[in-house]
Amino acid sequence: MAKLMPKRRLENIGLGITGACVALVAIVVIALIFMVAQQGLTTFFVDGIDPIEFLTGQHWIPEQDTYGALPMIVGSFAVTLLSTLFALPIAIGSAMFVVEVAPGFGKRVFQPFIELLVGIPSVVYGVLGLYIINSLMRSIFGEAAGTGAGILSGAIVLAVMILPTITTLSIDALRAVPNQYREGSYALGCTRWQTIWHVVLKSALPSLMTAVILGMTRAFGETLAVQMVIGGVERSMPSGLLDPASTLTAALTAGLSNATSGSVYYHALWSLGLILLAMSLVFILIIHLIGKKGAKDNG
Amino acid sequence: MQNNETTSARSVGGTDEHRVIEGVPSAISIRDFNLWYGDFQALKNITLEIPKNRATAFIGPSGCGKSTLLRTFNRMCDFVESVRTDGTIEFGGEDIFQMDANALRVYVGMVFQHPNPFPMSIRENILYGPKRMGRLSKSEADEIVERTLTRAALWDEVKDKLDHSGLGLSGGQQQRLCIARALATDPSVLLMDEPTSALDPISTGMVEELMQQLSEDHTVVVVTHNMQQATRVADKTAFFYLGELVEAGPTKELFSHPKEKLTNDYLTGRFS
Repeated sequence: MAKLMPKRRLENIGLGITGACVALVAIVVIALIFMVAQQGLTTFFVDGIDPIEFLTGQHWIPEQDTYGALPMIVGSFAVTLLSTLFALPIAIGSAMFVVEVAPGFGKRVFQPFIELLVGIPSVVYGVLGLYIINSLMRSIFGEAAGTGAGILSGAIVLAVMILPTITTLSIDALRAVPNQYREGSYALGCTRWQTIWHVVLKSALPSLMTAVILGMTRAFGETLAVQMVIGGVERSMPSGLLDPASTLTAALTAGLSNATSGSVYYHALWSLGLILLAMSLVFILIIHLIGKKGAKDNG
Repeated sequence: MQNNETTSARSVGGTDEHRVIEGVPSAISIRDFNLWYGDFQALKNITLEIPKNRATAFIGPSGCGKSTLLRTFNRMCDFVESVRTDGTIEFGGEDIFQMDANALRVYVGMVFQHPNPFPMSIRENILYGPKRMGRLSKSEADEIVERTLTRAALWDEVKDKLDHSGLGLSGGQQQRLCIARALATDPSVLLMDEPTSALDPISTGMVEELMQQLSEDHTVVVVTHNMQQATRVADKTAFFYLGELVEAGPTKELFSHPKEKLTNDYLTGRFS
């Protein structure tokens, strides 16, 4: 019996260490949410700003104590949705080609190539966007584009940035479709594109949607590159895609250097952070719901 | 016990009587057919007639080429890289290698070793093939669903849940769904690649009975590891060994009086 004791102690130590890791992660997450919520809610409960007005107000002018976050909310959603719209067809199209048409080429050439895109720091995308996309906007739309900075420029830069994420995940999604589905479809006299369209895409749909949402999450949270090309105008609502605008993330980073700790402006910036946090929770929730539905559909 | 099993297998599998194959026109004619995977010759000089509206079984040890030949009939072998063929295979008097592979597969249906219903409803599974060939009215679609599922002896079990996922069915039901799905394009030939090897004995019995019924107005070709299955369902049996066709003939004759020593050795279990 005495000999067994050390073994038991070892078990307890193992349990202690792994349990501590879990506790630490949990504490960090809870502390983070608590901290952001506490600071972000101060705006409404202590500084007396109406939360409805904060979310729907169309002007963000800190000098006049006017805090309407709608321009940034609209900016964030506009660049996120637009960039996804641009990136999605290209991502799924190339994933189909790589998985269904030329698997060898996909593994050897295309995937390393696309992974390279993931590793490029976002400031590089920002600089490229500033010099290439913005001037492209000017030469295409002329006067209407102003400096070239605006929602459209931001969306294009973001589209390039999220393209590798969506493409890589879409490739994984299509690869995961069992080959026997393809065989079954071919054996019924269907062509390759009928098979891809009606069986492969259909059964990969939940995973493809997860890929899209993860891409959107990345677009929503991206700060630096967008900030460099979107123009950084949060004072009022953008009236078109060529208008300079701002996003929640861009306004938050830009504002922090000007805000005195403890001021209303400072708390209002925290409130922007709270909106960002809430949105990422929503994205994660959607991914979980899709995953659950996918598991149910596949029996 | 032994006795019981035999009788139940017989009764499930229908009669022991095999139909004549002499004088029956051929559905598929294979002449001097060779097939290579790269440098490896998987089929050597095969010449064989598949009788129309009869059941033919391909037997032989693993790797003998029986599945390869079956998959050549609907050109599924096209998907294997580095495959090369020579000789002719005629279906309805036409060289299948000159035909459009997709058109060929509409007439030559296939059922796989592992049931592979699509992740969609039972109805969508059945209508998958017909829908790809053209528009269907609601009544045409309903007619196809009921007719094929009835033919595959599955209608009574699923008629109230046609909109449920095909993946929710049991293995044996899934395989019968796959048979119904293959029937939906109205093929004249049905290829079955070890269709019961993933099924339990009761489901196996049902599928065997189906094979016999279907062979009354379809040409059925079945690859099987199970020699009893060949004796139960097939009118004609062909024995393959190392890519060669050793012997082919009426099932009863081949099993009771094999002409080749190799066939006899295999049938008596000297090797497998």
